[in-house]
Amino acid sequence: MGAKAAENGAKSSSSAPSPPPLKAFFRLKTKQQELLIRVASLALIYVLAFAVRLFSVLRYESMIHEFDPYFNYRTTLFLTRNGFYEFWNWFDSESWYPLGRIIGGTLYPGLMVTAALIYRLLRFLTFAVHIREVCVLTAPFFASNTTIVAYFFGKEIWDSGAGLVAAALIAICPGYISRSVAGSYDNEGVAIFALLFTFYLFVKAVNTGSLAWALASAFGYFYMVSAWGGYVFIINLIPLYVLVLLVTGRYSMRLYVAYNCMYILGMLLAMQIRFVGFQHVQSGEHMAAMGVFFLLQVFYFLDWVKYMLNDKQLFQSFLRITLTFAISVGALALGIGTASGYISPWTGRFYSLLDPTYAKDHIPIIASVSEHQPTAWSSFMFDFHILLFLFPAGLYFCFKRLSDATIFIVMYGLTSMYFAGVMVRLILVAAPAVCLISAIAISATVKNLTSLIRTKGKAPLAVSGKGSSSLKASAKRSEAQALRFRSLESAEAQALHFRSLESAEAQALASETSKAHEASADQSLPFQHNCAIALLVGAFYLLSRYAIHCTWVTSEAYSSPSIVLAARGAHGGRVIFDDYREAYYWLRQNTPADAKVMSWWDYGYQITAMGNRTVIVDNNTWNNTHIATVGRAMSSYEPEAYEIMQSLDVDYVLVVFGGLTGYSSDDINKFLWMVRIGGGVFPVIKEPDYLVNGEYRVDKGAAPKMLNCLMYKLAYYRFGEMTTEYGKPTGYDRARGVEIGNKDIKLEYLEEAFTTSNWIIRIYKVKPPKNRW
Amino acid sequence: MATSSRFAFFLFCLSLLYSTALSDLVISRVDRRVENGGNEIASEVLLAFPNMQAKNLAAIKTFYSEGKGKEKGSSVSLPTTLVEPKGMPQELTFYSVSLPKGLGKGGAITLDVLSVFTHSLQPFPEEITQADVQLVLYQDSAYYLSPYKVKMQTLGIRLPGGRVESYTKHPNSKLVDSEIRYGPFEKLPAFSYSPIVLHFENNNPFAVAHELLREIEISHWGNVQVTEHYTLVHGGALTKGGFSRLDYQARPAIRGVSSFNHLIFRLPPRAHSIYYRDEIGNISTSHLWGDSRKTQLEIEPRFPIFGGWQTSFTVGYGLPLQDFLFKLDGKYMLNITFGSPMDEVVIDNLIVKIVLPEGSKGIIAAVPFPTKQAEEIKYSHLDIVGRPVLVLEKNNVVPEDNIYFQVYYQFSKISLLREPMMLISGFFLLFVACIVYIHTDMSISKSSASYIAKIQSEEVQATVQQVLNIINQCLAVHDKLEASLRDLSRTGDVQSCKTLRRTADAQLKELVKELKPLTTFLHHSPQASHILPKVEELIAKEKDLQDKMMLKHSTVVDCFEKKYSGKDIENRIAPQQQKLTVLRQEMDDLHEFLDEI
Repeated sequence: MGAKAAENGAKSSSSAPSPPPLKAFFRLKTKQQELLIRVASLALIYVLAFAVRLFSVLRYESMIHEFDPYFNYRTTLFLTRNGFYEFWNWFDSESWYPLGRIIGGTLYPGLMVTAALIYRLLRFLTFAVHIREVCVLTAPFFASNTTIVAYFFGKEIWDSGAGLVAAALIAICPGYISRSVAGSYDNEGVAIFALLFTFYLFVKAVNTGSLAWALASAFGYFYMVSAWGGYVFIINLIPLYVLVLLVTGRYSMRLYVAYNCMYILGMLLAMQIRFVGFQHVQSGEHMAAMGVFFLLQVFYFLDWVKYMLNDKQLFQSFLRITLTFAISVGALALGIGTASGYISPWTGRFYSLLDPTYAKDHIPIIASVSEHQPTAWSSFMFDFHILLFLFPAGLYFCFKRLSDATIFIVMYGLTSMYFAGVMVRLILVAAPAVCLISAIAISATVKNLTSLIRTKGKAPLAVSGKGSSSLKASAKRSEAQALRFRSLESAEAQALHFRSLESAEAQALASETSKAHEASADQSLPFQHNCAIALLVGAFYLLSRYAIHCTWVTSEAYSSPSIVLAARGAHGGRVIFDDYREAYYWLRQNTPADAKVMSWWDYGYQITAMGNRTVIVDNNTWNNTHIATVGRAMSSYEPEAYEIMQSLDVDYVLVVFGGLTGYSSDDINKFLWMVRIGGGVFPVIKEPDYLVNGEYRVDKGAAPKMLNCLMYKLAYYRFGEMTTEYGKPTGYDRARGVEIGNKDIKLEYLEEAFTTSNWIIRIYKVKPPKNRW
Repeated sequence: MATSSRFAFFLFCLSLLYSTALSDLVISRVDRRVENGGNEIASEVLLAFPNMQAKNLAAIKTFYSEGKGKEKGSSVSLPTTLVEPKGMPQELTFYSVSLPKGLGKGGAITLDVLSVFTHSLQPFPEEITQADVQLVLYQDSAYYLSPYKVKMQTLGIRLPGGRVESYTKHPNSKLVDSEIRYGPFEKLPAFSYSPIVLHFENNNPFAVAHELLREIEISHWGNVQVTEHYTLVHGGALTKGGFSRLDYQARPAIRGVSSFNHLIFRLPPRAHSIYYRDEIGNISTSHLWGDSRKTQLEIEPRFPIFGGWQTSFTVGYGLPLQDFLFKLDGKYMLNITFGSPMDEVVIDNLIVKIVLPEGSKGIIAAVPFPTKQAEEIKYSHLDIVGRPVLVLEKNNVVPEDNIYFQVYYQFSKISLLREPMMLISGFFLLFVACIVYIHTDMSISKSSASYIAKIQSEEVQATVQQVLNIINQCLAVHDKLEASLRDLSRTGDVQSCKTLRRTADAQLKELVKELKPLTTFLHHSPQASHILPKVEELIAKEKDLQDKMMLKHSTVVDCFEKKYSGKDIENRIAPQQQKLTVLRQEMDDLHEFLDEI
């Protein structure tokens, strides 16, 4: 490729066989050409980012995925049907029975409002779309927008080339795709856009010192706060960044304007979100921002005093006094605030970020969620692929060209990488930073290499004139005159000649003439040209591997809705297990409208959204005691469980069971968490009762309490009569690969109401109390 | 009584009651021979039903066929209407059949009355378990209830097969296979009634659609889109005591005998884009096959439907427009079936909505039975005034009602273009807006320093572009000269080469002249200070190149005139050639640099 470019260069510079007007035409529009290419590739990236997220729609259907999105979908439906005020004041009696949940005050409304606005807009433009379609496509749409933001961000911190590469990388980065495929209608879908946008605007504000950009970043922050709890990352990263700038002596008026405006306005705006409320002035997690805010004022004040005093000695003493005073006042205020309870301490989630083992010991409900586990190396590789190697390279380039903007991206990259290591789901937050920094690496490398090739390419043609003349000098003895002229005509022939003519004479000539164009170092590395080409080819190979990997990961791993399970059948055909919806639809159609369903909290959102029935607990794990009560019921013997269920007015119990299909994320595998969470509140439940020598078993050797607790009975009721696999005894659990220990299960207080076709969901009806006579 | 006193009809009745496989349906076909025993000409015949039955009556049809007995000719359907004759018992409901021609004294005629009753089979016991068979009760009269005297009558009841628990015994009744026969009875007085009760097994699917909303949307682009929303209930005995999947899977024929888990739709041929879903998504259990005469869709609900269970779903399909829409003297006529394409379903409440294209007028529906009609508006993609919707509603619909009906309306073809035009104009406006945005000056303050600087730098850029343009033209002239030299070496035409040089010289002079005002402008512009040296350098180089080129050209031409050998020429121009190449290279670099600014 490089060689070809060199040839083209040679062609156009020496004798120009193409008609001059055409050449002039292209020549003149270089800038427009560049703009055209840039806009076109951005547009293509925009489309690509959207299209690659549609695998799930093509493979399955236009549906909402996973657990939380179902809640978001339900609330969006409510919002579009009843309007914003109803939504804001919504008391949901269908969840957390009998407590209920104040929806308006306990959610981040950004996502729902966004989807509802898009829906309204489309309706206004007379497109009769269904709200479900809007919800399904919200995440891809925002992912596309994120690519545009990434472009501008990259342009701001490096150059437009890096911006383009960043846009392309983030468009298909699996770490980001995992949370933004079509149907993954979750807060993160819009939040990553808002996060990056806020950062971009803030960096822009710091770079320009413009109040307008700072204001824009405050609004970006507001949007972020309205969309996701991850805004805490912003409100801690930006002060940290400001602090680093202060420490490294990069304090400027631009920074002062940007931070003050962003912090004050952003804080005031964030208080408008009911779920966040006054946390910005009351919670420990937000105190860093406030501290930095006051620190900036002190800095500014000191600057001013220094300017007024004009005396170094005096200023030193003043500085000492002021600093001591400021720090002691700050510490005192914080101490009093914390002691009086005005400033709330850090939450468990925040602690578990700083100390990964914290949740495991203290908050089982956080630790029980698989996406809160520490990240394995393989998933880094899976989600970032080559970016993982490019990231350090990008950091190197950033350090080589330090500026306010690169410091920001470095800090963003390093902190988010740390968090990504702590929790799997936070890979999502790191993805934009990793993409941006890697883009810097790629862009800088490729730019260096191509410039090498270009100068190298030019050198031959500068020489080629000479080379050809010297060639002529040597050849004219033997060759005819006309022939020589013709050889002059053809640039390719010249290049060929030159290549064959590796004589010292030509080398000397080259070094003589190319002084103006080349750095002198180039001559010391004779294979530089070829190396550059090889490296460039290597880079393109890596990038294409990345693209292939991303597409593969997206289509194989991240595009399954998890409501519908697909497996390969015996004959290679696709088998669909649609049991979840079967059960939820049965609940919706064939149970009384006010029936209360008890299940483990994972399925709460889905039952309310798809089954339209009241649940005891759901995924909004706000009340640990309530969840523990359900956990206790599940892990008790039937009579005790019956009492608990009676006290909770439970009509139906729903359990997920994968023993027949080999579906491993079922309730039996989650059961230990139920025991732990239940035991955390009710000491009656003790984890060792369910284990045998610290081992969790369901077969004959299982603990007696395990074999007779409610969860075991409900999961395996009549399973003992079932032959699941050829050559295995009846009651062979395929998910755990053992024969179950209790095959003769009798239910006294419950009766089987419904079991789906693959037994994945089993619903039991709680019998009414027996007559006393 | 007035009627019957005037005409003494004698009826020979052979009524066959089919309690057929159809779920909740009882179809009764009554063949009757009517003889006029009175003196006057009779023009109508009354049919009587007890109110209990009449309220379940879904359809009634009377056929009259010419000829007698076996050799029946083509049967003609006769109008049958609900009447309230005076002096008749309140407990009965009457339908009147208008005879095609008056029936004289002693004349006889054979009528064929088909009536369909819904919800007449009563499950008993009302609640069964999953494993039980479903038993139903059927009540009727052994005698044909008629306001006329009946000469002879038999009653046959065909059962769906299976066990018969009990039936009302009568002197001449007998059970053969799955058919119960009562009669023949002779000479029955008017209004004779003898209640009978049958108790028998019936495990046929009692599919009842509580509500069916059919939406037929016509697009003149070539498609009729039918969307059907079903709320389906198993109308049989209620299920008690839970549902065991194990039993159902292991022995579906026994445990779950009263349930149904699939339904069959017979769609018109060439139906396409068929989908089957419900509120929470697509349902993947359906099969489709078809040929040129029909399309058959077999769907399975998400779960088997036991007694009392319900489900709801939506089936949609597209049909080719030309099969259903016809043009009739300036009007369009839609000819499509009324009822559900599903087999054997009773529909309690059927709403058919015909959505016509936006701008349709003069909508008239021709339905062969009474329906409630209303009109509404529906907004779909790109609608401004909305599409007119004709709503037809009918209760108690049975497969017999699944017949064609017509909707006439007027529609102008021009309206078809409205929506594409809207889209086109929308995009057009968008692009115009973009163009306007790019070409208008949006800055608020026209006198601010930065604004002026921006304007100036744009001017400088434009000027530099012009300079580059001119330089390019110069280079083109040089290329021409170079080419002429090559021609010279081939042809040896010195004269043409000389003239070419002269014209080239003139051209170059012109171009240099053009350059002058541009450079002076750049000199005066403060914004150009940083690129001015480069521009000047470029111009200087160009001049140099010009001189060298001319020199080279003249040397070569001279040499040719003096007939020097090629070697000599080569030697002479070698130094110039070298410089030329270097110059050219430098100029290219400069050019590129300026271009990139």
